[in-house]
Amino acid sequence: MLLLNLILILLVGGAIAWWSERLGTHWPRLVAVFVVLVDLLYLLNYLAGIPIEQLSVVPAASDPSSWLLAYQLDWIPRFGISFHLAMDGLSLVLVLLTLVLGVISIISSWNEKNDRQGFFQANILWTLAGVIGVFLAMDLFLFFLFWEVMLVPMYLLIAIWGHEGKAYASMKFFIFTQFSGLLMLLAILALAILHHSATGVYSFSYFDLLSTPVENGMAHWLMLGFFIAFVVKLPGFPFHTWLPDAHTQAPTAGSVILAGILLKTGAYGLIRFTVPLFPEAALDFAPIAMFLGIAGVIYGAVLAFSQTDFKRLVAYSSVSHMGFVLLGVFAWNSLALQGAVMQMVAHGFSTAALFMIAGALQQRLHTRDMREMGGLWHHMPRMGAVALFFALASLGMPGVGNFVAEFLVLLGLFAVNPWMTAAAALGLITAAVYSLIMMQRAFYGKPKADLVVADFGWLEMNAMAIMIIALIWLGLYPQPVLDMVQPVLDSLFSVVSSNSITVGAQ
Amino acid sequence: METGIQALLAPLVVSIVALILMMQIAFKRHAIVSWLLGCTGFILAILALKPMADIVPKMVTPLLLSDQYSLFFSALILFSGLITTLLAKDYLQNRRGENEEFYLLLLLSSLGAMILVSATHVASFLLGMELLGVALYALIAYPERGQLPLEAAIKYLILSGAASAILLFGFALIYAVLGTLSFVGIGQALTQPILEDQQLLILLGTAMVFTGIGFKLSLVPFHMWTPDVYQGAPVPVTGFLATVSKGAIFAALLRLFIDAELYQYQGLMLSLSVLAIASMLAGNLLALKQDNLKRILAYSSIAHIGYLFITLIVYGVLQQPGLAVEAATFYLSAYIITSLAAFSLLSIISSNISETDLDDISHIQGLFWRQPMLALMLTIALLSLAGIPLTVGFIGKFYIFTAGIEGSLWVLLAALIIGSGISIYYYLRIVFQMTMKEPAGGSGAANMDPNSVRLSVLSKFVVWLLIFMMLYLGVLPQTLMEYLGGLSL
Repeated sequence: MLLLNLILILLVGGAIAWWSERLGTHWPRLVAVFVVLVDLLYLLNYLAGIPIEQLSVVPAASDPSSWLLAYQLDWIPRFGISFHLAMDGLSLVLVLLTLVLGVISIISSWNEKNDRQGFFQANILWTLAGVIGVFLAMDLFLFFLFWEVMLVPMYLLIAIWGHEGKAYASMKFFIFTQFSGLLMLLAILALAILHHSATGVYSFSYFDLLSTPVENGMAHWLMLGFFIAFVVKLPGFPFHTWLPDAHTQAPTAGSVILAGILLKTGAYGLIRFTVPLFPEAALDFAPIAMFLGIAGVIYGAVLAFSQTDFKRLVAYSSVSHMGFVLLGVFAWNSLALQGAVMQMVAHGFSTAALFMIAGALQQRLHTRDMREMGGLWHHMPRMGAVALFFALASLGMPGVGNFVAEFLVLLGLFAVNPWMTAAAALGLITAAVYSLIMMQRAFYGKPKADLVVADFGWLEMNAMAIMIIALIWLGLYPQPVLDMVQPVLDSLFSVVSSNSITVGAQ
Repeated sequence: METGIQALLAPLVVSIVALILMMQIAFKRHAIVSWLLGCTGFILAILALKPMADIVPKMVTPLLLSDQYSLFFSALILFSGLITTLLAKDYLQNRRGENEEFYLLLLLSSLGAMILVSATHVASFLLGMELLGVALYALIAYPERGQLPLEAAIKYLILSGAASAILLFGFALIYAVLGTLSFVGIGQALTQPILEDQQLLILLGTAMVFTGIGFKLSLVPFHMWTPDVYQGAPVPVTGFLATVSKGAIFAALLRLFIDAELYQYQGLMLSLSVLAIASMLAGNLLALKQDNLKRILAYSSIAHIGYLFITLIVYGVLQQPGLAVEAATFYLSAYIITSLAAFSLLSIISSNISETDLDDISHIQGLFWRQPMLALMLTIALLSLAGIPLTVGFIGKFYIFTAGIEGSLWVLLAALIIGSGISIYYYLRIVFQMTMKEPAGGSGAANMDPNSVRLSVLSKFVVWLLIFMMLYLGVLPQTLMEYLGGLSL
């Protein structure tokens, strides 16, 4: 029930936020923040109540009752579809990330003069509900449903409140995700039908489909269907082209959610579905996937370097960082996967913060063009300092979560393929180049004399403080997150090795 | 013969009410009375389905079969007819002219559609199709004096007449060889050895029959009339044409297809596959360039018929062919409900603003800010057409995917995916227009004063009902699935 309520609170809260517009323009954002905080406290309250050992229980893939939480309800028995939500350590980490960044995204748009505040906040809450659904759904039909449904409010956020090129960007975002989503639907259905012809019953349950025998040729195609859907969302090279447009044109809160949370659904899908469902096919495909990962790391970094638009630069840096996730997943060993999960969390915070800074700059200067900035540190010392921190986080400074993440990925990858590791490590250098050039162009240099702008206020500083603390904590003491995720990884390893003898580089 | 009457109760009720309506018009014209009679006719006919359900399946003469399948489609047809009647009141009120016959024609057209879905014989098939078609010609040209409706009606009259002639000739050729006109009889005769020179006649006959049906369903390459007719006809009629006419003809085709066991002929299946793929791709591609909402929906309907044909093609290869029928009926129901909703909303938007239909895409610019509820509903209808989850359109697409994968029709599925991907563009384009800020000095929805828009209780009821059905069946489709799974052909 708790899992269902997590989603329902956000859905109903969205409707209330929309309605509350009638009371006054500042009401919707108050309601929205309140709703997400309630959701977060609701989840934390549950967590405080369970014994700490339960977090280290390895969830059995065949038995949902060994998970932290599960909720199941018959839905469409005609096709064996059930409303099945379940949470393990991995989902828990990501749901927490979603809710925290949800609060931050609402705060990030606090001072923006968006009209139709009610509908705006409603769409944010609905997107969050869809994302949480994606992280919790254990029925593939339900998963696909959340996967598609979260697109619609996100589309509206970009299409209604976006910047000058919103028509093109929002359309591209929707078509890319929808098209790749249909490929995944095809793969899901084919898998369910194979299960049907093998056992005589329809089922879309993750736990049933994990043990479905798929002949090798077919498995490759189905794996590809899942892979493309997730890599488009991740985004991995060469399917990343929607991302710079969508991120740049989205309103600040939209960019924060898109970069901080939505991209992680792709990474989550790769870890949860692509590899465990088709271990052998995924292993065969791993070199190509890792190559795409490296290509993303380097190509994203090179393009980020050559941008003059602040938001585009951050967007391309996301392509680069998410390449590490792709590498970590397909290296498929404990270290690399821990790194991938760590990267999802750390990148969520660091990019969300950078997009917030970009949004704040645009609101104050009415431009995102870095050629028209320069010397901003002089005018906005607080913002400059914060930006410096996140630029350093983004380039992987030790002591920050991003460093731990990328280091673990490279360490894990080295055991699998040293040469690829060497190539991926180039990404660390290029990250330093584009991060510092960003600081250089925007914040250093000669200040413009006649510029009068407000620095970050206390609200924004508080939001930033949350993310700074989170990143430093992840950098200095990442063990709690790793402990939460490790049992899930163990369980996935056992699924994969029982499905195929050959797989597993560890 | 008493059970015979009971088995045809709904068509009989519609006929009788049509006669009464005709008398009423002859004696004293009164728009409201005619409208009430029309509504009564549809409601009584829907109620009459209940006693019919008690005695099905029942063969009435060798021509008509009342069974669960025909009852289900009769219900859909009558429901669409009722919705069209309800909408037509507001729509016609704002337009000059004598509008009483409109409801008469709707009744007659629905009667034709009901005969069509119960047909088990070529004679009743043609009878139903012509009754449906002839009433439609008049409906298309009916309420307006503009040039477009007239052009559309003449185009439809000539092309549809030609198609009927081809269809008739095709059946004549088949009859010349096989000597039977009942669907089952044709199927049985086809399995007997046929002389070689007569095989050519059969081939020619079948090709002509499918050309005729392809025209009525607007399959590519017989689709040329569709956008013009959709655009020219008044909105409620376009909705009626898109749902009742196409739905009934497809339902009849499905029965012919299965009764005559046409699915076993590889050549026919191959050519239908080609037509289906062409429809899916061409329909979606042509819709991209349109700026008129009705034309966009016209091209999208071509694509949807293409999707629907996958269920026909897969029938022969499935181990449990029931799934194909289930998929076809579900998709058709979903499409009918969704299209009705889309056209109802267009009709409401149009009847509130001006005397001509407002169907250009720029007319709905900014609708989201002036009429958020209408815009949201139109968005839901469009998302359902695009097959986004939580709407009934998604479950329909889900069915077609399932049937297609079970039958391993990978090429058709690829066309379906590509077509759906393209279709997102033009559906979202409409949504995007609605979310745009109002234009400076335009003539669209943005410029209408929100207070001056009177949504009558009737229109509100109709669209809320349709939206509710769309979402309910999208979220909880199990009941309908079970019911459709029980339909046997």
